[in-house]
Amino acid sequence: MTERELKAKSVEYRKKILKYIYKAKAGHTGGSLSCIDILNVLYNQVLNVGPDNFKSPDRDRYIQSKGHCVEALFVVLADKGFFPESDLETLCQYKSHYIGHPTRKVNGVEQNTGALGHGLPLSVGAAIAARLDEKDYRVFTLLGDGELPEGSNWEAALTASHYKLDNLCAIIDHNKLQITGRTSEVCNTDPIDQKFESFGWAVRHIDGNDVQQLKEAFEAIPFEKDKPSLILAHTVKGKGISYMEDVLKWHHGVPTAEEFEKAQHELDEALTLI
Amino acid sequence: MEVITDKNTVMGMANLEKFSETLQSLAETDKDIIVVTSDSRGSGKLVPFGNRFPKQHIEIGIAEQNLVGVAAGIASAGKKVFAVSPACFLTARSFEQIKNDVAYSDNPVKLIGISAGVSYGALGSTHHSLHDFAALRAVNNIIVAAPADNYETEQAILQASALRQPVYLRFGKKNVPDLPGQIEAPFQFGKGRVIRRGEDIVLIGTGETVQPALEAAEQLAVDNNIDATVVSMHTIKPLDYELLSQLAEMGKPIITVEEHSVYGGLGEACASYLMENNYRNKFKIMGIPDEYTVTGSQNDIFRHYGLSCEGIAAAALKLLQ
Repeated sequence: MTERELKAKSVEYRKKILKYIYKAKAGHTGGSLSCIDILNVLYNQVLNVGPDNFKSPDRDRYIQSKGHCVEALFVVLADKGFFPESDLETLCQYKSHYIGHPTRKVNGVEQNTGALGHGLPLSVGAAIAARLDEKDYRVFTLLGDGELPEGSNWEAALTASHYKLDNLCAIIDHNKLQITGRTSEVCNTDPIDQKFESFGWAVRHIDGNDVQQLKEAFEAIPFEKDKPSLILAHTVKGKGISYMEDVLKWHHGVPTAEEFEKAQHELDEALTLI
Repeated sequence: MEVITDKNTVMGMANLEKFSETLQSLAETDKDIIVVTSDSRGSGKLVPFGNRFPKQHIEIGIAEQNLVGVAAGIASAGKKVFAVSPACFLTARSFEQIKNDVAYSDNPVKLIGISAGVSYGALGSTHHSLHDFAALRAVNNIIVAAPADNYETEQAILQASALRQPVYLRFGKKNVPDLPGQIEAPFQFGKGRVIRRGEDIVLIGTGETVQPALEAAEQLAVDNNIDATVVSMHTIKPLDYELLSQLAEMGKPIITVEEHSVYGGLGEACASYLMENNYRNKFKIMGIPDEYTVTGSQNDIFRHYGLSCEGIAAAALKLLQ
């Protein structure tokens, strides 16, 4: 896809994220909007994953550690044809598989996540399995910055470098907000880059809402041979909607009818400017 | 290692050693067998495995959450993964990883809890696992079992390896004698094994409490002319309801014996089924009471809480009064 096409996709995805959150009256709005460009570039540019090869042992793996931003994942999976988009009309409804966190009951989901600090160890395991089987697939995992205090992340970070897993790429959706407030005020994890570097990772900072920078970063992995790669993706929570950007209440805020219309209008405007 | 004890019982190796031996025999022909350890290869008797199959052994270091998460990730790619760690840490520190990454995500990891129960004896409560049955019984999609002897251990490993389902197995570390009944009551997950038949009382054990239950039955027969049925209820979940129903129909008292808290383990699992199915006879749960566990060796602790041959026989006599 061209940069222009990717940008248009991001706007389309944002519209759908808000549509289904608005309909379900539930969802993690701010984080889904901050990470959607990452998912867009991954699924449309990077991963060799689609409905046709999802059972293939050679497929790339994507494991979403920040499972609560499942709306972003569902919208992208629907767009890739894993299931009809109309399924998302049932989001968070009684007996629906489309719940508030990724589950393998939904076609295209690799692992059941939701409890934080689980994606990286699972991904390390999948990357080790690739080595054991001498396969070339790569493993990608998306972490939230708010989940970094979970100790299991650092246990897995050690294992990843110990086994020189340069087939592993973690992306941190660094939107700098979590449910209580600024991540720096809740539990300061800065400097994230130096911490991971000291754990033996190769780290690159990018604007995680810039599809071109994302594309270039993914093309460059592994950043260093024999080292796992970390993309520290600086993002804006609620990205793309003026009144949601970097505002805490949109962590899991649901727009009113009026707010929803305004958001859709802003996104339509954004589309014309691409 | 085989020695004859003073009771003319053939003494086997520790179940842990049998586990390692069986796993090596599997790995000889199956490259998908992967062992993951948390600095536990020594205590898990897995040094020979690591030496023989270095490519099939992943060392994580002392990080049990990561041990289980990584094991789940490896299993997701179709490997037959055995995650091995002391039962106390494996089922407590990594409980969320077992619940989510293994059971809920249906990654068929075989979780091997080593030196389970009070095997670590005087090392104290940090190293005891008296909660693992209770904790894992409440988790959907996992088999929970405690093989009693080398035969059950070997079969459990062979059968677990072939299952595409999460399994938790706990093993003690002391040498255990072979139990009778390998032909009459072959091992199968979810099917208790009647290893002695008697008509006066039923003793149901699991793991390393089956042997003292059997010894108690022999003592009761000689000293008191009481004929006990003894069951190795190796699988705590799914529990063998069919066998429990048959035992209940005998209309005799039932005693359960476990190296576990009296809360939430074998005894309460049996009790809830029996009560829901109109069992109306005497029933006793023997295990570790809800208190700071007495200090001492595994044998000391068993004796203190009546889980020894003598203690179980005494409890049986009391119940039959």
